[in-house]
This record gives sequence, structure tokens and C-alpha cells, in this order.
Amino acid sequence: MKQIAVISGKGGTGKTIITASFISLSKSAVAADCDVDAADLYLLLHPEIKEKHEFKGLPKAEIIQDKCTGCGICYDVCRFDAVQKPQNSKKYFSINPLSCEGCKVCYYACLQMAINMKEQICGEWYISETKYGPMVHAKLGIAEENSGKLVTVVRMNAEIVAKRYKLDYIIVDGPPGIGCPVIASLGGIDFALVVIEPTLSGIHDAERVIEVAKHFGVPPGCVINKYDINRENSAKIEKWCKENEIPVLGKIPFDNLVSESIVKGIPFVEYKNNATSGIIKGIWRKIMKI
Amino acid sequence: MVVSFASGKGGTGKTIVATSLALYVSEKGINLIFLDCDVEEPNSALFLKPLIRKTSKVGIPIPIVDFKKCTYCGKCADVCTYNAIAVVKDNVLVFPELCHGCGGCFLFCPEKAISEKIRDIGVIEEGNTNGIKFIQGRLNPGESMVVPLVREVKEKMVNDSETTTIIDVPPGTSCPVVESIKGSDFVVLITEPTPFGLNDLKLAVETVRKLEIDFGIIINRVGIGDEKVEEYCKLENIPVIAKIPYSRDVAVLYSYGIPMLIEGEKYREIFHRIWEEIISKVR
Repeated sequence: MKQIAVISGKGGTGKTIITASFISLSKSAVAADCDVDAADLYLLLHPEIKEKHEFKGLPKAEIIQDKCTGCGICYDVCRFDAVQKPQNSKKYFSINPLSCEGCKVCYYACLQMAINMKEQICGEWYISETKYGPMVHAKLGIAEENSGKLVTVVRMNAEIVAKRYKLDYIIVDGPPGIGCPVIASLGGIDFALVVIEPTLSGIHDAERVIEVAKHFGVPPGCVINKYDINRENSAKIEKWCKENEIPVLGKIPFDNLVSESIVKGIPFVEYKNNATSGIIKGIWRKIMKI
Repeated sequence: MVVSFASGKGGTGKTIVATSLALYVSEKGINLIFLDCDVEEPNSALFLKPLIRKTSKVGIPIPIVDFKKCTYCGKCADVCTYNAIAVVKDNVLVFPELCHGCGGCFLFCPEKAISEKIRDIGVIEEGNTNGIKFIQGRLNPGESMVVPLVREVKEKMVNDSETTTIIDVPPGTSCPVVESIKGSDFVVLITEPTPFGLNDLKLAVETVRKLEIDFGIIINRVGIGDEKVEEYCKLENIPVIAKIPYSRDVAVLYSYGIPMLIEGEKYREIFHRIWEEIISKVR
């Protein structure tokens, strides 16, 4: 079983469209949507949810008002500015849950035992069925943390499902950026496909995410999406990839029909049989040979 | 006043709209600070081309153990929520990449055997461009602690009657986004008229509502998809501040790092309206 991740650094370069096409082409894959902040893959694969699970994050502090004497030790020890001073002539302190990182330092420091660590449900994850095979995906609660941990839960369950059904691939739709959810998406990946658009931002961000992939020992390969928007930049990307010994698996042209396929909710390779879908199929064939 | 530019989905045009508006506003002689809080992938500098005058390292405190004082009692490991410190028979192991820098081990060690040193996670760069004070954070690749760096960038925010702060926010809806938006007077959510744009816009709207900040929407690349985003805004009674039509020319300019404003009067007019809308909402 091989694990492929589609990443990009910059958002909106076409990760999800390419991932959905690969899922449609592979015939033997688990789809894993690891963009748990803003999951879009379901809009193209239309999963039917079979299992639904709660995702628990670190418990967060809350102050029991009756016990608080207003001594302020919690305020002094908190390094995340999560403790708020008493307001409107009240004597007790309070916690801003959006700033609390669940470190429990206030809990241990409070002499009155006035702090309670409250369990947090900060998302849900699902095992679903699509017409292409199983899919593991998640929804992080609004304004929650621990997206990296939720990604790890999705990845672990995708592996269990792939083994159970003896499937050849896990295809990961990665999140944008280079922070914790991206790092969690890259652990144990056999090949990272980096989708680059030929814009200065696209290039800058791809170079950073490639550095992250290499840092964690994941071999990267590139696809230039909408390459004809700026052929000069596309040529620069190809040159840079050659110098850094990163294979360029394909160049996809700008195609108006791609937006249309999103509106219709169909993976592009199924929506249209044209030159663009031919190129995406070619990229998938190359990945299968790696 | 502080105005943030955010979106659930990446690549909807946050950076190009925020930088174009910054250039438009600075022409009016308004005192302007631009913060790029997308520390994972900071791109505003590609458009604003600031001259960076100062670079400072940002780090988080991690424990160092003084083995002369340590009795291996295990208190540090007990209080650490992140499993960043472990005590074995005759050693204490620190896992710096797991440490959030909360200071629990340092504070509760009964032998005072723990001190702290700073582990670098990124840098803050400060400079100027077109009369704008520019500040950005850059996370070190391979680093997962994003929020502390965003917090440092936010320290540079100024909120008074003479100064406007514009914030470029990372995509998504989780902790780095919340940290970036916190304390804003107004949030501009940028979306595109596709099912992906709409799905992620709804999440962004929920996020901003949870933070109880007033907001409006800019629909970018109008014409590429469908009408559902507009229908949603009408239904939810959310003001659409501007609609920016799709243009391949803008996409090409963007690819060279050229803000929309330079494209011509049509865009100047759009940014004039966006600015007027924002001030009318904040007042």
C-alpha cells in the first residue's frame, strides 16, 4: 500500500481537483481529506457517511466562580493571555477559551482549586463510502485548535481502512500552509505531489513546502497547474526543479471547464474527456510507476 | 482601526485585495500599518515589495535541566500536558518540538532544576514601502508552532484614531486564523463564486461570528462559477462590499506580483468603494 499526498503551500492552486481526479482514476484507493479546517473534497466525491466519531481536544481551563477569591495567580502564570481580569466589579477571574492552550499551569497553580479542566469536543471525523471506494474525512469545530491531531486521526483511520479492504493507495488531499496540519499530513507519506501555480506566490510557497517535505524525508514531485497563465514563470519552475532534482510530472493548462466541473460536483477527469483531463491521467500513470 | 482580510479557502485573493487596498489607502496619506499574519506562507511582500530594515528572531521558551539539582522526581513530566518532557531512571528527556512553552515544568520543579532557553521558530521582518509600515512573520520550514509567531506579529498592531492596521490572515478557520483576526474592528471575507468558495465562506462566517466581529464579503472572480454565494449572502443578510469580475489580465498581473490597482481606473474605483464601505461600517 502506498500513501500519496497532494500539497501546495499556497491555497487554491488546484489540490482538491487533482486529488478527486486521482481517486476517480485509481479504482483502489482510500480518499483522505486532511484539510480539516476547510474540507472540500466531499463536494466532488459525495460520500455517504457510515461512521461518525467525536474528536476530543485537550481539556481547557474554566474558573469555578464560587471558589475564586480573585488572588490572580492564574493571571500571573498564564503565558497565553487566556486569563481575563475581573470585570464590572466582580471579584472572579475568567478564561478566554479561544486563547487557552490547555496547558493546566493555572489548574496546578490555583491554591483554591477553583479551576476545572473541561473536556472539549472540537470536531468530528467520518468513515464514508463513495462510488470510488472508502473515504475518511473530518470537520474541525469552528475556531478550534489541534487541527494537526485531527489530521493524524484521519490518517490513522485511512490506513486501517486501506488494510481492511486491501487497497493499493491512500490519497491525501492536504491542507495549505506549512504548519502542524501539513506536517501531520506528511508523516509516513511515500510521495508528495506539490501543485504549483506559476505565480510568484505559488513559487515562493511551493519552495517552502518542498523544504518541509524534504525535512521529513518525503520525496516530492511537482505539477505546474495553469502553466499557461505565465509561461515565463513556468519555465523558471521547471529549471528550479531540474536543479533541485525534483521531477515535474506534468503541466496542466488553464481550463475554464475546471470551474464548471466544480459547480457540477464531478471530478474533472470524469466531467470532460479533453486535453486537460488527458494530462491529469498522464500524471496519475507516472505516480503509479513511482 | 484594524481591518483583517480573511477567507476559509486559500487562493481566493486575500493577499492581492489586501495589498491593493493598502496601496490605495496610503495614497490618501493615511497612517498605515500592514501586518502579514500568514506566517506559514507570507506573500504580501511579493506585492508590496517593502525594504526590510529589521529582522528579529522569534522563539518559544523550552526547558533545560540542571542535572546537578535534578532528583528525577518526575514532577515536570507529570505537569506537562504536551508530553514534551519525560523522566526515565537517570535522565530527563526534552522534546522541543512538542513544547508549547507554557512554563509548567519550570514553575513546578521542586528543586528549581529547570531553567529556560529560547528555541527559534521563525522571524519577524519590519520595513517600509510606499509610506506603509510593513511587518511580516516567517515561520521556519519544518516548524509546527504557528500561533506564538502570529502573536508576536500582532504585538505590532496599532489601534488608534490616526492609524489604520490592515491584516493579511492565513486561510482556514483554526487557531492561527483566530489569533490573526482577534482584536479587529472589521473583517473582510474574500470568496469566489464556486461550491468550494461557498463551503469555506460559510465556515469563515461562523468563525467571525463566534469572535463577534462585524464583517462583510468581497466576491472575487465573479463570472467563473455560479450565483450561490450571492444567494447565501442575501439569505443571511450579509453585506457584499464588492464584486470583482474575473479577468485573465489580473490573473497574469498577479502571477508577476503586481497588485490590481496598477491595472487601471476600473480597479481604483472598486477599491475606492471598498474603502468607503469599510469606514462606514467601522464608524
